[in-house]
Amino acid sequence: MKNKVKLTLLLTTSLVASGCTSLGVQPWERDLLAKKEMALSNGIDDSLDDHIYFSKEASSGGRSFGGGGCGCN
Amino acid sequence: MSLDISAQQQLSSEKSLETELAKHKGKVIYLDFWASWCGPCRKSFPWMNQVQNKYAEQGFTVISINLDTEFELAQKFLKQNPVNFPVVYDPEGLLAKKYEILGMPSSFLIGKDGQVKRAHVGFFTKNQPTYEHEIKTLIENKALSTVH
Repeated sequence: MKNKVKLTLLLTTSLVASGCTSLGVQPWERDLLAKKEMALSNGIDDSLDDHIYFSKEASSGGRSFGGGGCGCN
Repeated sequence: MSLDISAQQQLSSEKSLETELAKHKGKVIYLDFWASWCGPCRKSFPWMNQVQNKYAEQGFTVISINLDTEFELAQKFLKQNPVNFPVVYDPEGLLAKKYEILGMPSSFLIGKDGQVKRAHVGFFTKNQPTYEHEIKTLIENKALSTVH
């Protein structure tokens, strides 16, 4: 019984510990991230939102991910 | 080079790199990871052609590894930036993972003994003399200084 508990504990901890290792974008995959279809949303909604931000908060942009660069900083 | 492309595509990226490394065994090798969408990579190409021309006869070669997921984009880039050194295609990033590259472009300087002597992340115009100096030092079979 004790062994079983130990085993489950070991299994869960090892699963949890390695759970996020495959997440994230590698430096050589940044071109895919920069593609248009990778934007969180698009279309008229965005342009309306942008218009509101622009006129109310004097801010614009920052919506998409800029591509290129060396990805080292 | 362009003639090798179709043959290379049939091989896995790891195998084609192995073949290239074996072909240039005993030479100083500048191993460069690049992609068509990467700005600094574009900047590094004239320089890589230049060092290839200058040092190829002294036992040196550039080997470049392309990381574009789309082969056509790499071809377009190479048409705009013709090269005089081998290109290995690694669309799945297997080699990039193996070499644990941290940014684009990344380069590794391999000495005559086949060991990686130095790694660079990014390509900076102001560091060009340093890159070249390192190549020269390794061609002369001397150790690189620890300060760089």
